[in-house]
Amino acid sequence: MNHDNYDDDYIRGILNGVKSIAMVGASPVNVRPSYFAFKYLAQRGYDMIPVNPGQVGKSLLDKPFVASLRDIGRPVDMIDIFRNSSHIMPVVEEALRLDPLPKVIWMQLGGRDDAAAARAEAAGIKVVMNRCPKIEYGRLSSEISWMGVNSRTLSSKRAPVPTQGMRLSLNRQSLGGGETAASDRATKNKTDPA
Amino acid sequence: MNDRLPGFATLAVHAGAQPDPTTGARATPIYQTTSFVFNDADHAASLFGLQAFGNIYTRIGNPTQAVLEERIAALEGGTAALAVASGHAAQVVVLQQLLMPGDEFIAARKLYGGSINQFTHAFKSFGWNVVWADPDDVDSFERALTPRTKAIFIESIANPAGSITDIEAIAAVARTAGVPLIVDNTLATPYLIRPIDHGADIVVHSLTKFLGGHGNSLGGVIVDAGTFDWSKDNKYPMLSEPRPEYHGIRIQETFGNFAFAIACRVLGLRDLGPAISPFNAFMILTGIETLPLRMARHCENAKAVAEYLAGHPAVAAVNYSGLAGNPYNNLARKYAPKGAGAVFTFSLKGGYEAGVNLVSNLKLFSHLANVGDTRSLVIHPASTTHSQLDDAAKVKSGAAPDVVRLSIGIEDKEDLIADLEQALGA
Repeated sequence: MNHDNYDDDYIRGILNGVKSIAMVGASPVNVRPSYFAFKYLAQRGYDMIPVNPGQVGKSLLDKPFVASLRDIGRPVDMIDIFRNSSHIMPVVEEALRLDPLPKVIWMQLGGRDDAAAARAEAAGIKVVMNRCPKIEYGRLSSEISWMGVNSRTLSSKRAPVPTQGMRLSLNRQSLGGGETAASDRATKNKTDPA
Repeated sequence: MNDRLPGFATLAVHAGAQPDPTTGARATPIYQTTSFVFNDADHAASLFGLQAFGNIYTRIGNPTQAVLEERIAALEGGTAALAVASGHAAQVVVLQQLLMPGDEFIAARKLYGGSINQFTHAFKSFGWNVVWADPDDVDSFERALTPRTKAIFIESIANPAGSITDIEAIAAVARTAGVPLIVDNTLATPYLIRPIDHGADIVVHSLTKFLGGHGNSLGGVIVDAGTFDWSKDNKYPMLSEPRPEYHGIRIQETFGNFAFAIACRVLGLRDLGPAISPFNAFMILTGIETLPLRMARHCENAKAVAEYLAGHPAVAAVNYSGLAGNPYNNLARKYAPKGAGAVFTFSLKGGYEAGVNLVSNLKLFSHLANVGDTRSLVIHPASTTHSQLDDAAKVKSGAAPDVVRLSIGIEDKEDLIADLEQALGA
């Protein structure tokens, strides 16, 4: 699996397939990126579960925080890890002890741990690293185009007007994957140990 | 797998646009409205807090403008774009994100006269100090670097003489120095040159010129290449530090590789105010649909006119990089293989006087201060666009007193040559 650049079909399959998402490191502070992503994904109809041991007893958008993945107490489709790269492995190890296993482990923008990814993939779990599901959902649905962002998708079909809680179609024509050639090169230069 | 990158002409027609969700209108509608209703208080708060995608107020964004932005981002190979009122506005908004008072930026000496003016005088009052370098001497950029340098600014095809800049060489200087390279790509358009492919971090345009292409609407645009790491060394606090106007959001951390375009929108455009009108965005968008066709014709005509002038006994010199023997011909072949653009200068053996006579005798060429129109245009830069420069600076910037600048349109080239023939003989 190439984790530098993902085919849109891979991301599309994940976002179309999962229903419940546990977000590890979700913050109740409304200027943190995790709060943005949590709120957006909830608005797009995902069953969101906030995981943060420091916030137990509180809620995020009416969803009660749980301390750890094993405290969720029901199967989850995807684990979205909002932690720095150095904190990813223990979360993946915990995810691998869940029964049933999650279908997807997603590491946020800036987050990457290839060893953890390999262990998850060996257990049959799909992995995405260094991406944001909010940005990818907005991109594939073209909702992000309101911000002048290059969605790298095209469609000649009329889309419905999005409303609260509505899942959007992600099946537009893709233009060669999410990263532009230049931004992809820049990411590689940054992550290469050179 | 349906990942396939469509060609440039397909993107020029389709990128960013889709049938209107409400009416099914296939052409992008002109959303001539200042404001957009919120679904409820929470939706409003989400939009103001940058948590949701959507429209608030046309000074921050507008659906017609958004289509234009995505289309140009796609054509340039950038991650995102922001359209503004003019090319000048684009430059102010870009540099406001990068420079604090007392900071410096290095600019190529060969630039549009209006940019030289803006950088020298208007920006001085903001405490942004321009340091000039010679685009034909890459080392001069290196020599101009100081710890306060925050950006390097060049034109891909430089006004007024149509000279070609070695973008990759200057991008290497910028990369080593850890500052972004800004390329004004107005005269080339992404059809001829895509600066991001050659190392540019930010591309700006006057949309008023070839992109709009019809000389009817002002606009400017900023394209984010998504290549620059703004968090490094805390050199760019607008992007890396918590923003008090958004309750402590860090723009780069939140928006990743399109953070610069977002900063330009929510910190620059929102607070400085140079929004593009939805009508102008629509006109420019319509123009872009035919960009590949027009640019091919502009370049074909320009080469024919340049060749004609080069053989005319009254002409002293033609500065068109598309001509063999021009000092920029090798760079033109490398960077602009489809054509060297349609703006160039020439000088007359009869000097200043002959230039003034030529301009007044032309019947088809219009004497005015613009380039990149369907119509062919002529101007005498020394007395107009570059008039604020002293004589030495005029010569250095390629606007010596005996120089006439042409912007070749998409008319029949035989008619353009006939007009020049009668005017030179008169």
